[in-house]
Amino acid sequence: MALRQCAIYGKGGIGKSTTTQNLVAALAEAGKKVMIVGCDPKADSTRLILHAKAQTSVMQLAAEAGTVEDLELEDVLSSGYRGIKCVESGGPEPGVGCAGRGVITAINFLEEEGAYEEDLDFVFYDVLGDVVCGGFAMPIRENKAQEIYIVCSGEMMAMYAANNISKGIVKYANSGGVRLAGLICNSRNTDREDELIDALAAKLGTQMIHFVPRDNMVQHAEIRRMTVIEYDPTHKQADEYRTLAQKIINNKKFVIPAPLTMDELEELLMEFGIMEQEDESIVGKTASEL
Amino acid sequence: MSQNVDNIKPSYPLFRDDEYKENLARKQAMYEEKHPDEKIQEVFNWSTSEEYQKLNFAREALTVNPAKACQPLGAVLCALGFEKTLPYVHGSQGCVAYFRTYFNRHFKEPLACVSDSMTEDAAVFGGQKNMIAGLENAKALYKPDIIAVSTTCMAEVIGDDLNAFINNTKKAGNIPQDFPTPFAHTPSFVGSHTTGWDNMFEGIARFFTLNYMEGKVVGSNKKVNIVPGFETYLGNFRVIKRMLKEMDVPYAFLSDPEEVLDTPADGEYRMYAGGTTQAEIKDAPNGIDTFLLQPYQLEKTKKYVQNTWKHAVPRVNIPMGLEWTDEFLMKVSEATGKAIPASLEKERGRLVDMMMDSHTWLHGKKFALWGDPDFVIGMVKFLLELGAEPTHILSNNANKRWAKDVQKLLESSPYGKDCAVHNGCDLWHMRSLVFTNKPDFMIGNSYGKFIQRDTLHKGKEFEVPLIRIGFPIFDRHHLHRHTTLGYEGAMHVLTTLVNAVLERLDEETRGMGTTDYNYDLVR
Repeated sequence: MALRQCAIYGKGGIGKSTTTQNLVAALAEAGKKVMIVGCDPKADSTRLILHAKAQTSVMQLAAEAGTVEDLELEDVLSSGYRGIKCVESGGPEPGVGCAGRGVITAINFLEEEGAYEEDLDFVFYDVLGDVVCGGFAMPIRENKAQEIYIVCSGEMMAMYAANNISKGIVKYANSGGVRLAGLICNSRNTDREDELIDALAAKLGTQMIHFVPRDNMVQHAEIRRMTVIEYDPTHKQADEYRTLAQKIINNKKFVIPAPLTMDELEELLMEFGIMEQEDESIVGKTASEL
Repeated sequence: MSQNVDNIKPSYPLFRDDEYKENLARKQAMYEEKHPDEKIQEVFNWSTSEEYQKLNFAREALTVNPAKACQPLGAVLCALGFEKTLPYVHGSQGCVAYFRTYFNRHFKEPLACVSDSMTEDAAVFGGQKNMIAGLENAKALYKPDIIAVSTTCMAEVIGDDLNAFINNTKKAGNIPQDFPTPFAHTPSFVGSHTTGWDNMFEGIARFFTLNYMEGKVVGSNKKVNIVPGFETYLGNFRVIKRMLKEMDVPYAFLSDPEEVLDTPADGEYRMYAGGTTQAEIKDAPNGIDTFLLQPYQLEKTKKYVQNTWKHAVPRVNIPMGLEWTDEFLMKVSEATGKAIPASLEKERGRLVDMMMDSHTWLHGKKFALWGDPDFVIGMVKFLLELGAEPTHILSNNANKRWAKDVQKLLESSPYGKDCAVHNGCDLWHMRSLVFTNKPDFMIGNSYGKFIQRDTLHKGKEFEVPLIRIGFPIFDRHHLHRHTTLGYEGAMHVLTTLVNAVLERLDEETRGMGTTDYNYDLVR
């Protein structure tokens, strides 16, 4: 099987890293060889696989060694649950430097050192919040991730972010092979959430590949720095991630998304009662004027 | 205070006139807060001491007088070696002005290279608009057949994706879909100019061959490919071609800027001249094999040529000096089945004769040298062959393997016994080395002249004269036309070295009635 490279995007705090790690654990359980590349200066994309607080990142080691050229692949690559390979790109402290460049440097380093030449079925890039600059688009450049999954939920800002990320994908999809492969709904238990994400997916031209219900088991496992798959393989939530994994293995629906305009998005939200019709007559009026 | 129109003097000797001397002294006294001369001398002396050298080598975060340049400079030189190819640098304008002047000053030639002049807004919004307008304008104005795109740090930091931008430019119809646009990401803060050359070459090879490998058969065109790497001696292109012609070996020189960097003044300006043709690079996978003249700097190229073209890429050192030229010719002979002709054997014999004629003067002479890794190791090899001692060996942009290989080379010869390798060091390190352990000469680029001045300031007996071999050479003319490779190159280098020794000896023995007992007519 040829190597499939996938990138996971989504609004900050939506549960990208947790979902990715549970998904990857399920893929590994199904016998797939997987690598996770964390593309976030927080470096928390691999902790559930490695049972660690935060893996030592490429940029951290490069800063100590003076230059990234002095690093060896084994310095940055750790093996975790069921042989899942883990790398964190890392980056600067908040407020200084350039995190995007860190992602570029780390991914170039992995390529040059042949990290992708090993016998791998999947590489997952877990990318910070939003595609805020060119560096965070590195995983979707030509010959890198071809499939993008967006984690979202039935909340306005999560959907707004998903639409924005789709806009980013279009920029690269027109010139290369990167495609939107689906939305993963990480449920927040809002009303008609599945229908809403289904409708958004349809408008974008893609699919809701799976609806992951909310379950406290995920948090129980996370406190122990484990995935549900590893912590309690018999739990029904583990099956949800297994289903997601199977759907991704069999996924054939890769599209260039058709992002919505602001009006279209708002219309959709109003249709599902998440947003109220705006009353233009009150805009700019003070309390005494009304 | 004014110049005389009939006798206009340049700054030297003008500033030696009394009124200028007084004026400059007044300026220093009144406005420059100059330290007393004794204090300056004290600090100067300290900077030449062993104690200072220890501090200097403990330096971690600062480079003073680097012995290297940045990636896009190399990418530009590589691109110039292809026929009707315009080097295009995606990024800020100032960087590209620097590349142009750097080559201008070295080659004394105009140099065509464009920038898409990214500014503040491009840094925020990404440089795609600049790319679209830039490619369209560059193609329309300068009518190249190929535009080879590299990047400056600015584009790299914001993460501009060349592949996507170039493809979008084509999709938008600003340049035709089939217009050749090889590219390479060349962040200046990684590696050096040699890395940039390597990256650009890989980009060009990739563009013209990666998707066209079907039907390619190694050896079917009966040629050998020669990849020079970052090479600035025009004679080196010529000598390799001549030797191959004498061997009757058909070749393709992959990146060959020999013509465009040496155009004649006959009234016609040539923006493009000569260079490797598109047909040649497209046909290169059909070659018998690919020879890398500077293997330490061509790692990416080697990987690509081996993996994609399926060429063996023989392990050869840079063909400098006697034995490594032998090695190169023998490997070419091995790969092609062509014998080494009598003409080259004779040339070799002449070199050996010259080496014997001059060895009494070069034997045991100590040299400090710096430059790109392949040049330096080649020069070390030749110096050892001459019985000279490469006392301080320094490179700013080599890798650990290089340092080990140089060390092994030193251990193979009695003349290498007291010599040391310094990798990742700059010319400020070199300055310390030549003060604390004085060599007879330095071999390197023009920047060494300031070390020579400093050593002379300490006293005539401390002066270390600079022999200019390397890149860049800004302050002497036409040296870039010389040759350093092959037997011919060894002859040039030998002539340069031995005459520098004799020149220096004359200078020291010219004292009438003091040292002129050794001021001999015959040397």
